[in-house]
Amino acid sequence: MQPLVAPKRYHDTSGQRLHSAHPAPRRDPAPSRGSYRLQRLLLSRSMQILLRLGLPIFVVVLPIAIYFSDTARRTQIVTVVQEMKEVIEGRPEYQVTLMSIDGAPQALTDGVRRALSLELPISSFDLDLAALRAQIENLDAVARADLRIKAGVLHVVIVERAPALVWRLEDGLQLLDATGRRVALLRTRNDRVDLPLIAGLGANLAAPEALELLAAAGPITPRLRGLVRVGERRWDMVLDRGQRILLPQHEPKKALERLIALDQAQRLLARDVPVIDLRITARPVLKLSPQALDLLRRENDGHMLETQL
Amino acid sequence: MKDLYNAQRAMRNMRRMAMQKGVIALLDVGSSKMTCLILRFDGEMCPISLGESQADSSAGGPSFSGSNRAGQALFRIIGAATTKSRGVGFGQIEVMNETERAIRTVVQAAQKMANLKVDQAIACFSGAEPRSYGLVGEIQLHDSFVSEQDVARVLAACDMPNLGTSRDVLHAQPVNFSLDARTGLGDPRGQSGNRLACDLHLLTVEDNAVQNLAYCVKRCDLELAGVASSAYLSGLSSLVEDEQELGAACIDMGGGTTGVSVFIKKHMIFADSVMMGGDHVTSDISRGLQVPLAMAEKIKNMHGGVQATGMDDREMIEISGDSGDWDKDRRQISRTELIGIIRPRVEEILEETRVRLDAAGFEHLPSQQIVLTGGAAQLPGMDGLACKILGQRVRLGRPMRINGLPQALTGPAFSSVVGACLFAVQPQDEWWDFEAPSERYPARSLKRALKWFRDNW
Repeated sequence: MQPLVAPKRYHDTSGQRLHSAHPAPRRDPAPSRGSYRLQRLLLSRSMQILLRLGLPIFVVVLPIAIYFSDTARRTQIVTVVQEMKEVIEGRPEYQVTLMSIDGAPQALTDGVRRALSLELPISSFDLDLAALRAQIENLDAVARADLRIKAGVLHVVIVERAPALVWRLEDGLQLLDATGRRVALLRTRNDRVDLPLIAGLGANLAAPEALELLAAAGPITPRLRGLVRVGERRWDMVLDRGQRILLPQHEPKKALERLIALDQAQRLLARDVPVIDLRITARPVLKLSPQALDLLRRENDGHMLETQL
Repeated sequence: MKDLYNAQRAMRNMRRMAMQKGVIALLDVGSSKMTCLILRFDGEMCPISLGESQADSSAGGPSFSGSNRAGQALFRIIGAATTKSRGVGFGQIEVMNETERAIRTVVQAAQKMANLKVDQAIACFSGAEPRSYGLVGEIQLHDSFVSEQDVARVLAACDMPNLGTSRDVLHAQPVNFSLDARTGLGDPRGQSGNRLACDLHLLTVEDNAVQNLAYCVKRCDLELAGVASSAYLSGLSSLVEDEQELGAACIDMGGGTTGVSVFIKKHMIFADSVMMGGDHVTSDISRGLQVPLAMAEKIKNMHGGVQATGMDDREMIEISGDSGDWDKDRRQISRTELIGIIRPRVEEILEETRVRLDAAGFEHLPSQQIVLTGGAAQLPGMDGLACKILGQRVRLGRPMRINGLPQALTGPAFSSVVGACLFAVQPQDEWWDFEAPSERYPARSLKRALKWFRDNW
C-alpha cells in the first residue's frame, strides 16, 4: 500500500530552511535533577554550618599551613624577626652607657659594680632590672636597692645595712644589723668600740632579743662586756671582773630588770659574786667566790649558810 | 482497605515528624499553575485532633478543623513560589517528567526564599474524578459507655459501597455521631447509650492519580505527608466560619477543573469536580479569534468579562500577532465579541456546577451560600452571572490571611494552597486517625464465658 504523499516537486532544501526559521527552543526553566539535589544539599543544616564556618577557616588556614610547612621559610622568618628585633633594640635611644651608684661608700660601690659586672654600653632591653636588683640586694651590706634607667644612665640608689652588733666567732668578728643579718667582716674589735658585743653559736638569730636586753641593762651598761648565747637558746650576760648573769630562756628581760632592781637596793653586783643564776625565775642562785664563802663561814661560825638565803 | 489505612497512617506520621522538625512544604499541583509554600511552625501545637491525642485521651475529640483561628498565630509562611504548570491537565498528571520538573522548579524557588531544606510535603490536586459517598455505620455498645474503641468500631462498621475498580479513598471523615435517639454529636466518647451510629463522608479518586503524584513528589526527594483534594482545601480557606457551620458551597474555578465542595457544621459533606475551567475559556478565545494561547490568555486577563454593556461595543481590542500577515496581525475586535466568546463557556461551567450541586441535594441545606473562588472567578461580572445560574446568595471569596504570605499570593487563585496550610496545621480527623478496632475473638469469647459463668452461679 502506498502512503498518501504528493509527488515531490522541489529539492529537499525547504525543510532545512523551515527548521532554521523556527526560533531556538526555549531553555527549560526547571532546574536539572543534579542542580536541584545540589541546592538541597547546600541548604541542609550541616552544610550551611560547614559553608559559613568551615570554609572561611579552611581558606584562611590552608595557605598559611602550606607556607609554613617549609622549614627553610620558617627559619628565614625567625631570622628576619630576630634581626628586626636586634635593630630596634640596638638603637641609641635604648642604649645604657653609664651606671651611677648613690648612697654607698666607695668600697660598697666597687662591690656593687663587681657584683653586677655589666659591660656598658648595653641595650636597655637586655637589662633585667628585677634580676639586677636581686643581685645587688644579695650583697650583705645592702639593705635595699632602687634601680632606674633614665636618659641612658642606670641609676642605682643603695640603702646600706646599718650595723648594730659585733658578733665574735671563733675565726673572727662580724658586724650584724638589728635583725641579725651579717653586714661585714670586722678586723678588730677596736674598729667599732661603740657597738655591743655578742658571742656564741646562733647569737645572730636572736639579735633582736640581744638588743632588747642590752637596752634593758641600763645602770650596769658601763660594766657590760657582752652577751653570750648558750646552747642556742638563752643568754649569759658577762660583766667585767668575770662576773656572769645567767638569764632564763623565757622572759630574760624581766629577770634582768628584777636583778637590776636588786642590785640598786642591795648592791648585789658589786659584791664578790661571780655567777648570778637567774635561770629559774622563782629561785635565783648566787655563786660566791671561795674567798667570799670562807669569809661568810667565819662570820657565821661555821653555821650552814644555805638556809638563810 | 488495610493498605490504604496503613499508607494514610504513614503519611500522618510523616506529617507529625514534619511538625516536630517545624517545617513542611505545601504543594498545589494545579492545571495552570503550581504553587509551593513552606510553612514554619513557631509554637507548640495544642493537641486538637483525636488521632493526635491518643496518649492523653482525656482531651480532644473529633475536632472541627479550622475552628481555632487563633491557631494560625502558630505558623508562618517562610517560602513561597509559584510557576506555570506543565504536564498537568484537568487537575491530574498527564506527563510525569514534565510535572516533576515543574514541582522541582517551584520547590527549589520556595526553598531558596526560605533558605532551608524541606523534606516533607503535603500535596493537593483537583482532578482525578472525585466521588463523594455518605456512609452510615451503626454498632451496639458492649458496655453502656462510648470508648475510643467504640468510635473506631463504628467507623469500621460503615457499610462500604462498591467504589469501582482502581479507586482510592482520599478523605474519610466522620461527620456526625448519633447515640440512641440523639444525633449531631461531635464527640460521643464517654457518653452513655446503647447504640452508636456515625455518618462518614468518603471521597474517592482514581488511584493512578494519587500514585502518579506520589511518584513525582518522591522523584523530587520529598516525602509525602498528606494528600488532599483541592476542592476541600479551597472550602477550608475561603469559607468563613459561619458559612462552614450553617452550610455553604465553595466553587473553586481553577484552570483545568472547577471543584465543588459543600460544607455544613464545619464538615465537608460533598465534593466533586467539573472538568472545565479557565483554560477552556482561554482555548475558546484562542480558537475563536485565531490567536495563540498565550495571547488569548492575555486578552482574557486584560479585557475579559461576562456581562456585555453598550460601552463594550465601542471598546476595541487590538489583537496583535507575529504571523507576518499584516491583515491578520492588525485585527481589532470589540469587547462585546470577546464577551460573546467567554460567556457561553462560563455559563456552561456554572450550569455543570449547578447540576452537581443539585445532585448533591444542595437545595436542602438550611443556608445556601455559594462562594466563588479560584483564578477563573476573577473574571469581571462573574458574581452577577453566577447569581443567575446558582442562586441569589453568591459571593466572591478570597482565602483567609495567614502570616508571612506574600501579597502576590493572596488572591483567590491561591485559596487551595492556603487551605493546605490550615490542613497541615489542624487536619480534620479521618478514619485512619483512629486505632483500628482490635477484634480479639479469644479475649471476647473468654469474657463471654466469664459472663455466662457469673450469670449462672
